Formats: sequence, C-alpha cells, structure tokens
Amino acid sequence: MAVPEAATTAPGSVAAGAPIPSAVGRSLWRRLFGHKLFVTGIILFGVVLAMALFADLLATAAPEKMNVRARFRTPEWQFLLGTDNYGRDIWSRLMYGARLSLSIGFAVVLVTGVAGTLIGLLAGYFKRLDGPLMRFMDALMAFPAILLAIAIASALGPSAINAVLALSAVYTPRTARIVRGTVLVVREMDYVQAAVASGARDGWIIWRHILPNSLAPLIVQLTFIFAYAVLAESILSFLGVGPPPPTPSWGNMIAEGQAYLREAPLLALFPGIAIALTAMGLNLLGDGLRDVLDPRLRVQHG
Amino acid sequence: MAELILRRLLSAVPVLLLVTLISASIMQLVPGDPALVIAGTNASDAEVQQVRRALGLDRSFGVRLLEWYSGLLRGDLGQSLLLNRSVTDAILERLPVTLALAGFALALTVAIGVPIGVIAALKANTVIDQAVLVVALIGVSVPNFWLGLMLIVFFGVWFDVLPAGGYTPFADSPLQWVRSLILPGISLALLQIGLLARITRATMLEVLRQDYVRTARAKGLPLRMVVGQHALRNVMVPVVTVIGISFGLLLSGSVVIETVYSIPGMGRLLATAIFSRDYPVIQGGLLVTATVLVLLNLVVDLLYAVIDPRIKHDGRS
Repeated sequence: MAVPEAATTAPGSVAAGAPIPSAVGRSLWRRLFGHKLFVTGIILFGVVLAMALFADLLATAAPEKMNVRARFRTPEWQFLLGTDNYGRDIWSRLMYGARLSLSIGFAVVLVTGVAGTLIGLLAGYFKRLDGPLMRFMDALMAFPAILLAIAIASALGPSAINAVLALSAVYTPRTARIVRGTVLVVREMDYVQAAVASGARDGWIIWRHILPNSLAPLIVQLTFIFAYAVLAESILSFLGVGPPPPTPSWGNMIAEGQAYLREAPLLALFPGIAIALTAMGLNLLGDGLRDVLDPRLRVQHG
Repeated sequence: MAELILRRLLSAVPVLLLVTLISASIMQLVPGDPALVIAGTNASDAEVQQVRRALGLDRSFGVRLLEWYSGLLRGDLGQSLLLNRSVTDAILERLPVTLALAGFALALTVAIGVPIGVIAALKANTVIDQAVLVVALIGVSVPNFWLGLMLIVFFGVWFDVLPAGGYTPFADSPLQWVRSLILPGISLALLQIGLLARITRATMLEVLRQDYVRTARAKGLPLRMVVGQHALRNVMVPVVTVIGISFGLLLSGSVVIETVYSIPGMGRLLATAIFSRDYPVIQGGLLVTATVLVLLNLVVDLLYAVIDPRIKHDGRS
C-alpha cells in the first residue's frame, strides 16, 4: 500500500477542510460536555432511554392488562398517570411505548445510516453512478417525507418492521445526499489526490480518507433523523399504519385517547409530552453535536 | 433569464417522470394479492375478482404502467375503489380546502416567523433571543397532530372560543372561515414558524456583520432604516426558500391535521383512503402533492434569480 503517510497527516490539509478537528479525543468530550444544549439534550434523551431500557422495572402493571373496574382513573398512587378507557395503566404503557418508539427510531437510524452512506459514497466517488443514483434520490425527496412514508406503510401493512422500512425509505435519500456532498469535497483534497496518484485502490481511499471525513456530518444528520423518526412513527401509529394496538406505542395511545378528548384529555396528553421531550432531547443533541463536530453546518441547518 | 427558465424546466422532467413511476409502484409493495387484502378475508371469490379487475391487477404491471401514463396525459388518475368516482374529481373537489388551510398556515408562518427572527437577531444573546430559540425548539419537537388535539381541548372545549373542528367555506361566512382555520392553522404552522425564525435570525446576524451595514450605521442612519433598507432584502432569500419547503410540509401535514379537525380537504381524503386501502386515491394524492412541490421548487428557484441577480449570471443554483 503505497499511501504517503506524510500527505494524509499533513496538518495543513486537515485544517483546510477536514470536518473532524485533528485533536480528537479528550478535548472533544470536554467541548461536548461544556456545551449547555448538548448536556440538556443528553439528560432529556437519557431519561427516555432509561424508560425504554428499564420498562420492566419501572412499569407498575402489565401494559396490556385491562381492568374494567378501573377505567378513566385520574392519577393516584396505584395508577401514577391514571388509567385509560380499558382500565390499563397509562404510566406502564408509557414506559413500554418508550421502548417501541426508541427501537423504531434507532432501527431507522441504523438502516438509513448504512444505506445512505453506501449510496452517498457510490454516487460521490464514482462519477458514472452519480447521475442515476441521485436522480432517483431526488425523486424520492420530491415527495413530502411523511406522506411517502404513510403511503409505503399503508401498502406494506401496519407493523413495527414496516414502519421502519417506510421511514428508512424516506430518510435514506436525505442521508445519501449529505454523504455524497462530503465525498465530493473530500475527493478533491490534495491528500486524496495524492493517494490516487500514488496508485491507492478505491476501496482503501474510501475507507481511509473519505469515510472518516463523512462521519461528522453523518452523525449530526442521523441524530436529527432519530428525532424525525420518533415523530413520524407517532404519525403513522396515529393514522393506523404503525405498530398496531394493543401493543402500546406513543402514537397509538394518542389515537385511542382522541375519542375521549372531552372526558379524559390526560389519555392523549401524556404520550404527546413523551414524544415532545424525546424529540427535543434529540434535537438538542443534534444541535450540540453539530456545533462541536461540524461548525461549518451551523448556518446552513434550519 | 429565458435560458435559465428553460434549463430548470428541463431538469424537472426526469424527476417528474420518476415521481409518477414511484407513485404508480406503491401498490406493488402490497405483500401477497392486493385484491385479497383489500376485499378482506371473508369476501367471496367473485368480490375478490371484481376488486382485481377494478385495480387492473388481472393485467401485468407493464400494461398497467402504460395505462397509468396514458391516463395521466388525459388528467385521469383512475377510479377510486370506494368513492365510486374518479380520483381526479375527488382530489380536485377537495384540493381548494387544503390549499386554503396550507395558505392560511403559510401566512401565519411568514407573519410571525420573520418578525420574531429579526427581533431575535437584533437582540442577539438576550432573553428575547433565547425565548425565540426555545419557541423554535418546541416547534420542531412537538408532534403537530397532538398539538392540534391539545388546542381543541383548550380553546374548543374548556374555553369554547373557537370551533373544535369542521370547516366553513369562505363563501358561506368569511368570519367563520377564518375562525375555523385558526386552530388547525396554528397546529400546522408552529413547526414552520420555528424553522423560519431560526433561518431569519441566522441570515439577519450574517447581514448585520456586513461592511455596508456598518457603513450605513456609521453615517448615522438609524437602525430601523438600516434594517428596512438593507437587511430585509437579504432576509428575503431564506424566506422564499422556506416558503418552498414549508408549503410541502404544510400540504403533507394536512393529512393528520385535517383528520384531527374533520376538515374535508385532500389530507382527510387521503387519510380515509389509507384507512380503507383505497390505493388509487393514495397514489393519486401522492402524485398530485409531489407534482405541486416539484413545480413550486421550480418557481422558488426562479424567484431567487429575481431577488438575487448574482444567481442569474452563475447559471445554476
């Protein structure tokens, strides 16, 4: 492998355009945890993550257990957040809802991250693939995200896996575009050109130079996609094309609560707050990561 | 200018072709036999056959694609399975309501988003600035359909000052029309208000740092004049961008908001179609929305050239 090490680590070229600062490691963590928004985001998201991970411990009742004699209870010691129209414990359903919502969100991030990176790398690195791949991505992005996700989910049928597939199909083009953008910039960098000139293979260049440089914007983007996915999943569930009841998801809890809005607004209130806090935590995390990892994006992102 | 318009129009053609293809392919994703899924498990063979014929599933996908495209040329999007009428008619009948709602929400977005963004920039790093950023954060984090439900509880049920649902056409009563749009409009607009305020703030901060603004201030022009004469024109660029993006989000958001507020627009038509697996309506609605968006983005691109003459010479954007 005749890659000139000097060229890859030359401080000048890194400072010129590589998104990741060269002094990674401890200082990066210090800067992240000195960032107020990031810390707030971590705390918010940490709470929701704990709800999802420890749902079994935190729940005070089985989430699907009905109790006709305890319907529409207001919050009390036995039912921390009251009960719903079937007498199910809302607190416990909320905990298991966190598990489902975060699992779907995380799965979407995973699929989108892998597929988007792959497509973005191919389109950005190989000029011949750029046109056809990105035209297709453009066409997918021409649809409003949530509408296309709804259409796909309604065709595939209501289930958690199909919700993941539908949302991934919608968010992958957005990830691919970001990766492709970084690749186009990095590919023209002197040190990459030097690697090409010295005969390095495409796979090596992508792995060694292009991928690491795409990482920062990718992580930032995926954090926001996590937030969108949690919100979008609740919309799919609300419209009846997400994970179906009686398994609690925050979206289908709101959908069931809609019928009792006048008598028992709490049914719809709590899951909505949970969604909002999750999305808020992730948005703050994304903002913090962007400020620290990739300051250039600061103005671009809306 | 003419060349720019032509080039942008031509570049939209392949995207539109793919958009129509993707819309037509949605039914292909249905696992198993769509006719069986739609007719239900306890339908008779004859009923399933009837659905199959109505959907054209007795013909190959290639043939159906040809029919789809030849129909598109005549403005025919096929027949709805449940409404017993053509998809085009159903959508055209409901589109004005959705456009009214989206337009109202867009007006709210610009009327609130731009001023608070400008104020936040002028008062950067003060409590006011922070408050605007918090509003923006809430906007991107709160699910709009849930916000809609909570607004119904608050203003429709507890305080009973605004209608909790339904839609009054403008022709019947302009006042009731506005009243029926306020809550759904806010539910739809909050996200966009946050986005627009953030972008306006960022652009404004950028502009305020420019030399010509400093010069204008130095020669004694009051801040009000500087902002009005120099800065606002630059703020227009993100506003136009956001209008392009927002309108798409507002149109797609109408699917849930119209359901929440029982507004008889295209969004509710689609939500009903999703519920009853009326795929021709879903495909048609998807296509119409995406087409409107592609054309809107085209208009936005061209508007840039009008606002910012530099883009004209640059050739591409």
